[in-house]
Amino acid sequence: MKLKQRIAALSFAGLGMVGVSAQAQVSGDVIRIGFITDLSGLYADIDGPAGADAIRMAIADLGGAVAGKKIELLVADHQNKPDVAAAKAREWFDTQGVDMLVGGTNSGTGLAMAKVALEKKKLFIAIGAGTSALTNEQCSPYTVHYAYDTVALAKGTGGAVVKTGGKSWYFLTADYAFGASLQNDTANVVKAGGGTVLGAVKHPLSASDFSSFMLQAQGSKAQILGLANAGGDTINAIKAANEFGVTKTMKLAGLLVFINDIHALGLKSTQGMYLTDSWYWNKDAETRAWSRKFFEKIKRMPSSIQAANYSATLQYLQAIKASGTDDSDKVLAQMKKTKINDVFAKGGYIRDDGRMIHDMYLMQVKTPDKSIEPWDYYNVVETIKGDVAFTTKAETKCAAWK
Amino acid sequence: MDIFGIPIQAFLGQLLLGLVNGSFYAMLSLGLAVIFGLLGIVNFAHGVFYMMGAYVAFVSLDVFGLNYWLALLLGPLLVGALGVLLERTLLKHLYKIDPIYGLLLTFGLALICEGVFREFFGVSGQSYAVPEMLQGATNLGFMVLPNYRAWVVLASLSVCFGTWFVIERTHLGSYLRAGTENPKLVQAFGINVPLMVMLTYGAGCGLAALAGVLAAPVIQINPLMGSNLIIVVFAVVVIGGMGSIMGAIITGVVLGLIEGLTKVFYPEASNIVVFVIMAIVLMIRPAGLFGKEA
Repeated sequence: MKLKQRIAALSFAGLGMVGVSAQAQVSGDVIRIGFITDLSGLYADIDGPAGADAIRMAIADLGGAVAGKKIELLVADHQNKPDVAAAKAREWFDTQGVDMLVGGTNSGTGLAMAKVALEKKKLFIAIGAGTSALTNEQCSPYTVHYAYDTVALAKGTGGAVVKTGGKSWYFLTADYAFGASLQNDTANVVKAGGGTVLGAVKHPLSASDFSSFMLQAQGSKAQILGLANAGGDTINAIKAANEFGVTKTMKLAGLLVFINDIHALGLKSTQGMYLTDSWYWNKDAETRAWSRKFFEKIKRMPSSIQAANYSATLQYLQAIKASGTDDSDKVLAQMKKTKINDVFAKGGYIRDDGRMIHDMYLMQVKTPDKSIEPWDYYNVVETIKGDVAFTTKAETKCAAWK
Repeated sequence: MDIFGIPIQAFLGQLLLGLVNGSFYAMLSLGLAVIFGLLGIVNFAHGVFYMMGAYVAFVSLDVFGLNYWLALLLGPLLVGALGVLLERTLLKHLYKIDPIYGLLLTFGLALICEGVFREFFGVSGQSYAVPEMLQGATNLGFMVLPNYRAWVVLASLSVCFGTWFVIERTHLGSYLRAGTENPKLVQAFGINVPLMVMLTYGAGCGLAALAGVLAAPVIQINPLMGSNLIIVVFAVVVIGGMGSIMGAIITGVVLGLIEGLTKVFYPEASNIVVFVIMAIVLMIRPAGLFGKEA
């Protein structure tokens, strides 16, 4: 290996040359990755402890070390509280020597961690968070937004539904950063496609009962009920919609639906639903092979977020290997000039606003009789090319990419 | 005709849904009130017992093929037995010391149980089908009410008033009340007070489990379902007056209605309206609406 040969040559020439640029410059002699996500709340299945296991799989695939330095992973629960996430990130950067932070689910916490990472000039890879603000109004030179965002979801599902004639919309929106962002981005797509938005109702995060909101949605006489929420809230909203017969008069558009949600609800109450996701385990031979490995450990199939955790960690560590340092600016520069080709993305690349560009998939939930094995839930209807799936240069408010 | 800009039909529909939620609150706060009133224990494990009730329904159908009606019996019995065990082994040592210890113990147990269930079942939860007999919906003119929800209101309100009747209007109830006022004296009359207290705690837990089984078909069964609800239920008990049984029932129903209306007029506030009311009530009547001033 080139690097090792150089180090060997240097030690041969004299031992007093520590810190010379050719030597692997890794702070604290260890590569420390931090992962802060919802480990116990309503999003803990789509990311959570199994998301940490996906990161560990990437570390294990590289033998637990790169550039001769050991890789360590720290994991913490943010309990869906932005202040907890920010405080933990600050503590890790200041006292634990964390080199890179992976941000899990919940946009509120994602935006909070991005601010801390910017202040500390450390790399922050947001994966579970959906808000497009991370690479738009609040873009940062240290944030990479890896898996999906609300713009891509809106363009995928929103665009497909409007095209098939769903012109009038009513939104059921989770009352925090992500819900607002998703509703807004979808409303723009609906209006651009010639549709109208008849109204919206905001519900608190982890609402215990959706029946009242369903009645309000029914009263709007809209054709489409857009669910701008996620996880347990989407599940309970779909259940209530079936119970109150909303599904007879309106069509549901789940704007962020994960495979774990479909698994929990069953195909009977979700069949025919359109959804957009960044990845599906049963897409091709390569994704299937990796997912079966994941399944052996976790006993469920990976969500797109968990696959992205794996991919992001892998790309980060390979960039350290290639650049021989864990300095955030240099590693990010290396990541930006390298195409991403792994189980999660093909030909992916990181744009100047921090957005990782890759294909998204519009999928439809299978009917129960078409599903040939557990977790076989989707048909891929359309592959949405990366360059049209996300925010375009004309739309961006990010100064770094203008 | 409109009420505050909302068509009267939609208004009636929302009131009815508020009543459904209110009857859940009533049933859960009733169990809490009974336990606090008679044992002086602030039972923070109540939400977990509610969740366990729902899981008894799920497991008995999924694993043993037992139907909803059996689960309705089995849930309260199993969870009640667990409550009895808990009272015998842990809680009974705490009656003589500060109530804060009972609170801490039950809160800690609740966190542990929730963690164990999360490990086994995950947080996405499980679905439980509405029993065949109660499927379908009835058109009431102003809204389409799922039959199951109508059953929930009927069942929980009758359980609530049944419990109230037993405690306030029967001999057994008078022993219970006397036993908590002055256990030594009641024991002197030959009544087994510790046994009575144990069964009371079991019954309170059983009530929570019954609410859990009733809730199972309408919401996703989920290890977190108890903790999402318990804080609101505590607020209901505080507003009604700690230990007041009728207070818990009436406040539960009324707050369900108020929360339902908030979801129409200002949905963002629907998860805090109960606490705002609690703050106001505590300022004006510190013992709660139906509580006796100390």
